[in-house]
Amino acid sequence: MSRQLPYIAAIDEAIRQEMERDESVLYFGQNIATTPDDEFLKAFGADRVRVTPISETAEIGMAIGAALAGYRPVVELYMAEFMLVAMDQVVNEAPRFRYMSGGRVSVPLVLKAGYGFTAGWAGQHTGSIYGMFTGVPGLKVALPATPADAKGLMATAIRDDNPVCFFHHYLLTLEPGEVPEGEHLVPFGQAVVRRAGDDVTIVATGAMVGRALAAASSLAGSGVSAEVIDPRTLVPLDMATILESVAKTGRLVLVDQATRHASASAVIAAEVADQGFSYLRAPIRQVTALDATVPYSKPMEDYILPDEPKIIAAALSITGAAPEPGAGAEPGEGA
Amino acid sequence: MEPEPDRGPEPDLVWMYRQMLRIREFEERVKATFTEHPGVIRGHTHLADGAEASITGSLAALRLSPGPGDQVMATYRCHGYPLVLGSDPKAMMAEIYGRAAGLCGGYGGSMHLADPERGFLGTSGIVGQGIPQATGVAYAAQIRGQGQVVLCFFGDGAAKQGAFAEALNVASLWKLPIVYVLENNSYNVVTRVEQEDANAAAGEPLAVKARAFSMPGVTVDGGDPVCVYEAVASAVSRARSGGGPTLVESKIYRLSAHGNIIAPPGVPLHFPEHEAVAVFGAPEEYEAARRADPLVRMRERLLAEGVLDAAAADSLAAEVREEMAAAVEFALASPYPPADAALRHVYA
Repeated sequence: MSRQLPYIAAIDEAIRQEMERDESVLYFGQNIATTPDDEFLKAFGADRVRVTPISETAEIGMAIGAALAGYRPVVELYMAEFMLVAMDQVVNEAPRFRYMSGGRVSVPLVLKAGYGFTAGWAGQHTGSIYGMFTGVPGLKVALPATPADAKGLMATAIRDDNPVCFFHHYLLTLEPGEVPEGEHLVPFGQAVVRRAGDDVTIVATGAMVGRALAAASSLAGSGVSAEVIDPRTLVPLDMATILESVAKTGRLVLVDQATRHASASAVIAAEVADQGFSYLRAPIRQVTALDATVPYSKPMEDYILPDEPKIIAAALSITGAAPEPGAGAEPGEGA
Repeated sequence: MEPEPDRGPEPDLVWMYRQMLRIREFEERVKATFTEHPGVIRGHTHLADGAEASITGSLAALRLSPGPGDQVMATYRCHGYPLVLGSDPKAMMAEIYGRAAGLCGGYGGSMHLADPERGFLGTSGIVGQGIPQATGVAYAAQIRGQGQVVLCFFGDGAAKQGAFAEALNVASLWKLPIVYVLENNSYNVVTRVEQEDANAAAGEPLAVKARAFSMPGVTVDGGDPVCVYEAVASAVSRARSGGGPTLVESKIYRLSAHGNIIAPPGVPLHFPEHEAVAVFGAPEEYEAARRADPLVRMRERLLAEGVLDAAAADSLAAEVREEMAAAVEFALASPYPPADAALRHVYA
């Protein structure tokens, strides 16, 4: 059975169900459970659910300690940028302990953080900074694009024995979607084909999946059949599905809300060039954020972000099809 | 030498002296390896000479068994703790030599020893960052509710990290069962504590930092294992009964330089002098510290109190030398891990 649930409620449901299932799951962070009628507090008690001070280093460091001691903490961090305050704990502590001990300890924890809040939140609360974490051996990175995946990836993250950065996209917070009731697990490292097509492969994550699907609909009007792939996790990254698609289409457009050199797009482009060069019939196109801090003012914010016209223009530039009047008038950067 | 599982309420002076000797001798063997077997130890090694009494006195206050034992986290200067907790010196030396039989399979080396079965959950090589981690272990102990206490070791430099302030605030707020042992050796790398610590510059002990977090803070002579034991045991007992954390400042003097041996390939072996001598031109300070070596003090005390006679003390030292020589022999004879083992343990 499934029913409509907003993206953020699907995440909460996964945490709640995992806490019911496994007593070792803890949930703590800033500004949660501050009143006795908080639903997590009522259900699981003050040992397992706690509000913390605004102390990211303590929150994440303590999560590491609790994980070393056998628990599975989920840290509520609200915004991905807040993890930067505790970068050492995220990058140089949590993913190192298991390795440096030769596998004698494990650090199962989830860092839950929103990202990409490009809705006028200006320069410090809008970043798509997952690229800072994807190159760190020992860390896993999940980027759900739908409510069902939000639930299923969170449940998988909590059961994973490694530290996981779970980045939920703020622009999707209230997006409704079908979400299975009961246990729902989405495996890490399995991309999903959101739309099948033959002429060009478009890979996108998070809120960019919706933009890529909208672009694919428009491209169909120009006679271009686009396949849209959502990797769902960047670590592990399902290159096999992407390569299989590129083998079929011969063309690749990568859509990423991060600035180019900090994007997953750059990594996927390099892997396809390395492993799938012979499949390519045209250059790989990357539609990423332009290299600027996210500006406050709407026209400027829109200008730097990937959008449907930029995706369409990039696809058309390598498929040789003529643009439909009014669609994708100007090629984006890299097109 | 395994530690006795239950040492009772009074610390055994001979047991303490033996542990102090074991730490010193183990590290003397580490140091000697650089000259006797060049290239066998790589990178950076930090010795704890001068801290033996503090380490031993602190750990003597723990309950290792029966039941779920107390737990410990420490820093990159980490050889002493697992030795006292009962880790095998052969496996420890093999780890420092990068061998497959090492305590951590050669993945961690000198700075990252861990032995979770003995309550030693690991170390951070980044100053201060282990403090919130140990605090999280204490949070886990509180939830588990089986009376475990956590000892968190760090140095004076770490007490200026944000991690220290953040963690002590939460520990006090949540009344976590943890004792913070601040080993104040007066130097953070090559900077004197008065140059970088407001309390020290004002002539106050570092233990006053505890006041900011509404927890008790005490300062003890870290050269006397019994003094350290008494302070830590009282803090452990407070923590175990739900009274919350304590900050114990243990005043020690490290008898070697910060990083004892730095030997990058192609560079002649270099044993730096202690910063008091090499940087601050204060050899008298260093010589005074050497005269107050905790091992010398402990031996004199045991002889003066008639606990041991000179022959018994010498034979104890000889036993320990033999134990650590065997550790070197074992480690030297141990094979290296296969190169492709490097890709194991990245993920669970």
